[in-house]
Amino acid sequence: MSEFFTRMGDGAGVYMTAEEIREDILKGVKDAADRGKVPELTQEEMDYLYQIITMPGNIVGVERGREVVSTSDSGSCKITYHANIAMERSMAVLVSEKVLGADSVDIGNMDYSYKAVKQIVHNETPVMELAQLNAVMPVLYGSMPNLGLYTKPDGPVENWSELLPLAKISEARAAQEEAVEHAVRDIVFVAGEMYEAGADGINLDTCGASGDADFLAGLLATEKIKEKYPDLGVEFGAAGEFVLGMHGKLEYDGTKIAGLYPHKQVKLAEKAGANIFGAVVNTNTNMSFPWNIARTVTFLKACTAVATIPVHVNVGMGVGGIPMSEIPPIDVVTRADKALIEIGKADGL
Amino acid sequence: MAHAVSSCMSGIRTAGDLVLRMQLAKSMKIDAAKQYVADKLGVKPIDLSDSDLMAEIRAKHGFGRSFDLNKSPKGIEAKFNIARKLGIKINSVELFMARAGLNKGGA
Repeated sequence: MSEFFTRMGDGAGVYMTAEEIREDILKGVKDAADRGKVPELTQEEMDYLYQIITMPGNIVGVERGREVVSTSDSGSCKITYHANIAMERSMAVLVSEKVLGADSVDIGNMDYSYKAVKQIVHNETPVMELAQLNAVMPVLYGSMPNLGLYTKPDGPVENWSELLPLAKISEARAAQEEAVEHAVRDIVFVAGEMYEAGADGINLDTCGASGDADFLAGLLATEKIKEKYPDLGVEFGAAGEFVLGMHGKLEYDGTKIAGLYPHKQVKLAEKAGANIFGAVVNTNTNMSFPWNIARTVTFLKACTAVATIPVHVNVGMGVGGIPMSEIPPIDVVTRADKALIEIGKADGL
Repeated sequence: MAHAVSSCMSGIRTAGDLVLRMQLAKSMKIDAAKQYVADKLGVKPIDLSDSDLMAEIRAKHGFGRSFDLNKSPKGIEAKFNIARKLGIKINSVELFMARAGLNKGGA
């Protein structure tokens, strides 16, 4: 019986038979459909996904003409802070543009949180200004709402993660609501400074990392940014496939935020005025790549079907079918890309 | 890099930056953004990912390239040409004009 090389969700190589791959594809599709209450992939789509997974060649690519565009989170930091190459960030923008072939990139601070950036924004704006003078492609500024940073002892509000185990539910909710106000104020302030520095857009990255209040902060900040700076693009990136209900009762425009999957998250991002939505589907490290990518494509297809704004699916380590691995293997990375674009109808990565 | 090679337009090597601008500025989905840019450049959407063809078109319009030609528009200069050709406002171009006093008195 012939076997095909693929990977597990942690990146480890594994050989699977055709039957095992097809079985995992079906299970992945059904898991997403069940959790998200979204349609399953058709048999034809699952057959094509099988073809993509088992294609010969170390890497694969999309059909000619199906190429999409890319945005990033902490894009220029990958060279500077992450790879530890001593390089000023506006130079990293040019490397991304002229050497790496990026369609856009975002500049971010090491901390990558709006709360931290607010205090040093006067040193961040010159980096953006220099980048804008020298770069041709769009350059965004990116950071996370990161609501947890607003809790004591580092921040001004009570820590809801400490209050909840004490059954102080109302106090935990009040703390989160207060943190939202602080976060929105900081995000809009930084966005204004970056607008005055020439930024093409603001990337609100990993919205929902601290739960539904974090997601709400991103939505309210998007609303205010578009009110004050209508020409400034906003990319609203989610933190996960499912918004955690750390608060549980928060709503945006009459919709309860906790528990939303990507196809409903995107509608709130649209209402808030976002120009691009960054969809996230989490990778399960215990399951195979066929299971993970089938599940991801099922969620994504439902999301792009209802979206009126472009959807850039997150394909970093541990999301979008990509293994949770520090150096994601290109064999499955390129197969994930092809599946997400050709079956999931992603507008970008 | 894997994403760029496998599935993306590769920025200023082709027309990836132009298509992304339309997504960011006008919330256009990928096919609409490609069609808009293609119409402005007088090519088909599929041509936008052809690095050989786009190198010529970018040189012709002064859009900036990975390996800039001598005496050709670069950086903010190229973005003036992009804004004009695509019919959009680019924030850094608007700021440059304001700070250099280029939008006073019809200059």
